Amino acid sequence: MSDPISVLGSGPARAHVPLENGEVVFEAPWEARVFGLAHALCDAGLFQWEDVREALIAEIGRWDATHGGQPESAPAYHYFERFQCALEALLAARGMTARSALEARARSLAARPHGHDH
Amino acid sequence: AEALEALLVEQGLLTSADVDAVIARFAERVGPLNGARVVARAWCDDAFRARLLADATETVGELGIKGGPGGEMEKLVVVENSDAVHNVVVCTLCSCYPWALLGLPPRWYKDPAYRSRIVREPRKVLTEFGLDVAADREIRVWDSSAEVRYLVLPQRPTGTSDMDEPELTALIEREAMIGVAEVKAP
Repeated sequence: MSDPISVLGSGPARAHVPLENGEVVFEAPWEARVFGLAHALCDAGLFQWEDVREALIAEIGRWDATHGGQPESAPAYHYFERFQCALEALLAARGMTARSALEARARSLAARPHGHDH
Repeated sequence: AEALEALLVEQGLLTSADVDAVIARFAERVGPLNGARVVARAWCDDAFRARLLADATETVGELGIKGGPGGEMEKLVVVENSDAVHNVVVCTLCSCYPWALLGLPPRWYKDPAYRSRIVREPRKVLTEFGLDVAADREIRVWDSSAEVRYLVLPQRPTGTSDMDEPELTALIEREAMIGVAEVKAP
């Protein structure tokens, strides 16, 4: 457990790195979208940030309970995947967006021809 | 995220422009500059420092810091490093963080390994960050929550007594205000 990667996450080795100021906080555009969605929904008054936080704690808690004991065999942890799951669970619980509708939409988006948005 | 956004837009719950606006807001205010301004002021102004340690939420308002990029202003507590104590901050449950002062957290802050190990073996984890805390200094680990967000007031490095506040501000990096680094003299 002396490998600093175990602290700094999976991904390329960043040994003993206090990361630089101004580091990019979103590694992919979808991460910014899902984060922005959560805040926009709060701005619109549909729920409070505390609701998002509680959903996130529950989702991360599930991941930790499943994988936390075996860090070696755990799949790579992606915070914004957990964030998206938490937001989906919150929306489903509030009856705003059913998971079934979401899955159907995701399938139809995935079925678009490659390069549709370039 | 695309499917989710499309559905929410269709239902009239929000528009894509709303989401764009949120992202822009965070992008503009994403850095730790506010935190660095607070620390530099505390180093230069003892009365400010005393007020900051007594009531940080109120005192940072003196610098015009009113809330985070999401508009929220959580209760802020500043913990001061000394020759006897080193402080370090974590959110063991999720990713609570003083947005108004430091922007959004770095990836490692949200990582399960950091969240669990910094509590169990802080001295070892800090060594992995390149920070060796002397054995005779106590390490205090602060767990952020919805109610309280913490900012570490690092020690002013020696050899900086002739530097002014803006010069000091430029020295202070985010990691020092989370407590996984110290501020170094230039």
